[in-house]
Amino acid sequence: MNFSVLQFPASNCDQDAVHAVRLLGHNARLLWHKENSLGDADAVIVPGGFSYGDYLRCGAIARFSPVMQAVKQFADHGGLVLGICNGFQVLTEAGLLPGALIRNRDLQFHCENIFLKTATPDSPFTNKIPAGKILRVPIAHGEGCYFADEETLAKLKAGNQILWQYCDASGNLTDTANPNGALQNIAGICNERRNVAGLMPHPERACELALGSDDGKWIFESLFAALENRTGGAGGVVHGEPDVKVSRRNTSPLRM
Amino acid sequence: MPGNFRGQTPVRMKAKIIITPKKAVLDPQGKTVQTALEHLGYTGVTGVHVGKYIEIDLAPGTDRAAAQTALNDAAHKFLSNPIIEDYRLEITD
Repeated sequence: MNFSVLQFPASNCDQDAVHAVRLLGHNARLLWHKENSLGDADAVIVPGGFSYGDYLRCGAIARFSPVMQAVKQFADHGGLVLGICNGFQVLTEAGLLPGALIRNRDLQFHCENIFLKTATPDSPFTNKIPAGKILRVPIAHGEGCYFADEETLAKLKAGNQILWQYCDASGNLTDTANPNGALQNIAGICNERRNVAGLMPHPERACELALGSDDGKWIFESLFAALENRTGGAGGVVHGEPDVKVSRRNTSPLRM
Repeated sequence: MPGNFRGQTPVRMKAKIIITPKKAVLDPQGKTVQTALEHLGYTGVTGVHVGKYIEIDLAPGTDRAAAQTALNDAAHKFLSNPIIEDYRLEITD
């Protein structure tokens, strides 16, 4: 499977995402924010970092980049899109996911390992996560407190769109296990159509035991399985745009 | 220097946009500033809300009504996030 990992000025988890996908046996390449085509991507990862310096609001400027217009089209056609950390913020700003991420309730930047409970296996991002498995993955954010109005929250629950919640080591959704004050301990959600998801934790930083945990791989394995089902089944993967353009690689002028 | 005055200065139009967190949204910055004010002895403070202030310079002669419409659009779509923020737009000259 071919993964395109977006690269904005000040993305800093782009290489980690590429590494994780390759480590798990699939293809990944970087796609610069000025590109307006996703080429032959089967799935897109919007990585973590501080796109455009987090100016105005996290993700507010990235949302208008040319590559994000291609991502919107790709998502509209059913393509799989995963936003991690800043990528999650970009997807909410772009309106591809409901709600918003605001400043952590204690105003601190949290860089630590947390535990995640998977709320449903029914999504391309969670289908391979073993039942009852509590994932241990790192977080690293200052603005990760998920917020949505009551109506949106009710819709998320009714539609089974909450995918991951912060919990303690035994899987209890407690307030102390909530690192940022997110409503309902929400760490990650998907859209109504279930092809776009975002989460604040970093599964790409937890795909090999040398890094302390390989629990993050289950999220990627879920994506691979979902993509394989698609290509094996109903008429292959849909692409956002028919014209395939060669994309530049490793051309980011900025790195944090 | 006073001698440099060369007749009428062009009217300087400005748009001022004040963005504040919505009431229903957690505002830890506001809370922290409020606590700090209390610690410093400033009494009678019942609430603090920390937001943003954006000042936009407009070309002289800009049509006020058109600017109002355009900037409302920009404030709604880009400068603020309506899910978590309210804004107030003011055009001055």
